[in-house]
Amino acid sequence: MSANSFAGAPHAHDRDSVPRLMGAVLLAILPATVYGFFLFGWPAFNLLAITVLVGLLCEAGCLWLAGRPIRPGVMDGSALLTGVLLALSLPPWAPWWIGAIGAGFAVVVGKQVFGGTGQNIFNPAMLARVMLLVSFPVEMTTWLTPHPWWSGTAPGWLDGWLITLGYSTATDGVTGATILGHVRTELGMNHSLGQILPGHYQAGAAALGWTGGSLGETAEWLVLLGGLWLLRRRVITWHIPVGMLGAVLVLASGFHLLDPQRFADPVLHLLSGSLMLGAFFIATDPVTSPIAPLGQIVFGVGCGVLVYIIRTWGGYPEGVAFAVVLMNAATPLIDHYIRPRAYGRTWSGKPRPVPARAKQSPLARKSGVDARD
Amino acid sequence: MNDYRGIFADGLWNNNVVFAQMLALCPLMAVTSTATNGLGMGLATTAVLLASNVVVASLRHWIAPEVRIPVYVLLIASLVTLADMAINAWLHELYKVLGLFIPLIVVNCCVLGRAESFASRQPVSAAAADGLAMGLGLTLALVMIGACREILGSATLFSHASLLLGPAFTFLEITLIEDYRGFLLMLLPPGGFLVLGFLLAGKRVIERVAEKREVKEEFHCSVQ
Repeated sequence: MSANSFAGAPHAHDRDSVPRLMGAVLLAILPATVYGFFLFGWPAFNLLAITVLVGLLCEAGCLWLAGRPIRPGVMDGSALLTGVLLALSLPPWAPWWIGAIGAGFAVVVGKQVFGGTGQNIFNPAMLARVMLLVSFPVEMTTWLTPHPWWSGTAPGWLDGWLITLGYSTATDGVTGATILGHVRTELGMNHSLGQILPGHYQAGAAALGWTGGSLGETAEWLVLLGGLWLLRRRVITWHIPVGMLGAVLVLASGFHLLDPQRFADPVLHLLSGSLMLGAFFIATDPVTSPIAPLGQIVFGVGCGVLVYIIRTWGGYPEGVAFAVVLMNAATPLIDHYIRPRAYGRTWSGKPRPVPARAKQSPLARKSGVDARD
Repeated sequence: MNDYRGIFADGLWNNNVVFAQMLALCPLMAVTSTATNGLGMGLATTAVLLASNVVVASLRHWIAPEVRIPVYVLLIASLVTLADMAINAWLHELYKVLGLFIPLIVVNCCVLGRAESFASRQPVSAAAADGLAMGLGLTLALVMIGACREILGSATLFSHASLLLGPAFTFLEITLIEDYRGFLLMLLPPGGFLVLGFLLAGKRVIERVAEKREVKEEFHCSVQ
C-alpha cells in the first residue's frame, strides 16, 4: 500500500458480513430442521426446497427489475434464510402453492418493496406466515402427528411429492391438533386442564420434539441449542430471547398459580408452539428489532406478552408470528424513545470525561506517536 | 378543442384522482372488493362530481370567497343526498351493496377538491368536462383495483353485474376458475393497499418508459 492511500472508517472490523451472519443462523437452525425431516419425511423436505427456490427466484427477479447487481444480492443468504424460516413455520405437509405463495410474498412484499435486504419493516417470513394464515386457514391449520422415516407409516419419495403437489392429502389417521390448538378447543368446551392434558401432553416428549406441529415447533431442545450457539458466537444478544421467554414465563406462572385448571403451566407454554424458534431466530432479526439494548428488552417483553395474550385470550391457538409482526411495527417507536448512547458521549449527549491515564493510548506510547495525530 | 383534451388527459391519466392525487382512498379500500362495486361507486361519484362542478361553476360569481368552503360543503351535501335517494329508489340492489358508502361521497376529498381548485374559477362547460373527466378517471381506478382484487381473491370478474346494470349485462359476469379456494387477504383491506401500491408502481413504470421514448425521439429528430 502506498503512503497516500487511505481507507475510510471503520478501521476495526471483525469480518462479520451479511453472508457470514446468515450462514451462522442457518447453521444454528440446521439440527432442528434435519430433525424435522426425520419426523415428517419427504413432504417437509420438498416444502423447504420449494420455499427456498421460490424465495431465491423472486429475489433475483426483483433485483433484476430494480437494476441492481443480482449475484451478491442472491448469494448473501438472506432470501435463503427467509425461505428456511418460512418453511419451518408452515405445516410440514402443506401443498406446494402454500410454500410458493408464501415465499414470493415474503421476498417481494415483505422485503424488496421496502428496498431490499436491510430495509424491511417486518420480518419477511413472519409476514408471509400471517398472510397465509389469514388467507388459507384450512391448509395452515392441518397439522399431523410425527411419522418418522423408520416407522413404516412415512411416505416414500414419490408419495412425498404427491402430497406436496396436492394429489394425495393427509388422511385422518395422521392429522392431529397441536397441543396449543387442542387445549384451546377443549377449554372452549368448558373442560378443565386436568381433564384435557393427561394422555395428550408430556413435558418430556414436548421438549424432545415428539409432537405435532410445524418443522420448527417440534424439537425445542435443538432450537435452544442452536440459539445458545448463536449467543456464544455473538450473532445475537441475550436481550430479546430473555425478554420474550421471560415475559411468557412470568405471565404463565402467575396465571397458572391463580387458576391451574384454566391456565396452562409455564413449562407447556415454553415447550410448545414456535416460542423457542421465535425468541432465538425470528424476533432477533437485526433489521426489524430495536438498536439499543434496553429497547431490545422492551421489544422482547412486548413479543412475549403478546404471545401469551394471543395464546390465552386471542382467536388463534398460536401467536408468535402475530406478536413478532406487531412488535416489528412498534420498533421505530421504541428506537425513537430508547436510543443507544453515542460512542464517547454520556447519556445526556455530553462528551465523556477522558480519564487521565488514558490520555495517551498504550499503542501510541509504544510506537512513539502522539495519540492526537 | 385542445383545452378539453387537456382536461380529459388530466382526469384520466396525468392527474388521476387515485393514481396521481392519491385522494378518495377511503371509499377505494372499502368498496373495491369486486369490480362491480367499484363501477357502481365510481359512477355514483362521477354523477356527484359532475353536478357539483356545474353548480359551483355557475354560482361562482355569487359566492363570497370568505364563506366559500361551507357553501361548497352545503351544495355537495345536498347533491349527495339526492344521489343517495335516487340510488335507493331506482337501483335498490346496488344500494344494498354500497350502503353506507353512498352518503360518504360527501366526505370524498376529490369532490370538494375539484370544486375549490377547478370549478370555482372556470366557466360552466369546462367545469362540467373536468367533473366528468375526474369522475371517469376515478371510476377507471376503482374498476381496475376492484378487478384485480376480485380475480385474485375469488377468481371471478364483474360478479353481480346484472344487479347493477340490469339483466342485459349478465354476459359481463365471468368465473375464471370454477372451484377456487379463495385468497381471503385480497378481499380484506390489506389486499386493497397491496393492489393500489403495485398499480401505482406500474403507472410510474409506464410513465418512465414513455418519457425515455420521448427523449429518444427528440434526440433522433435533432440528429436528423
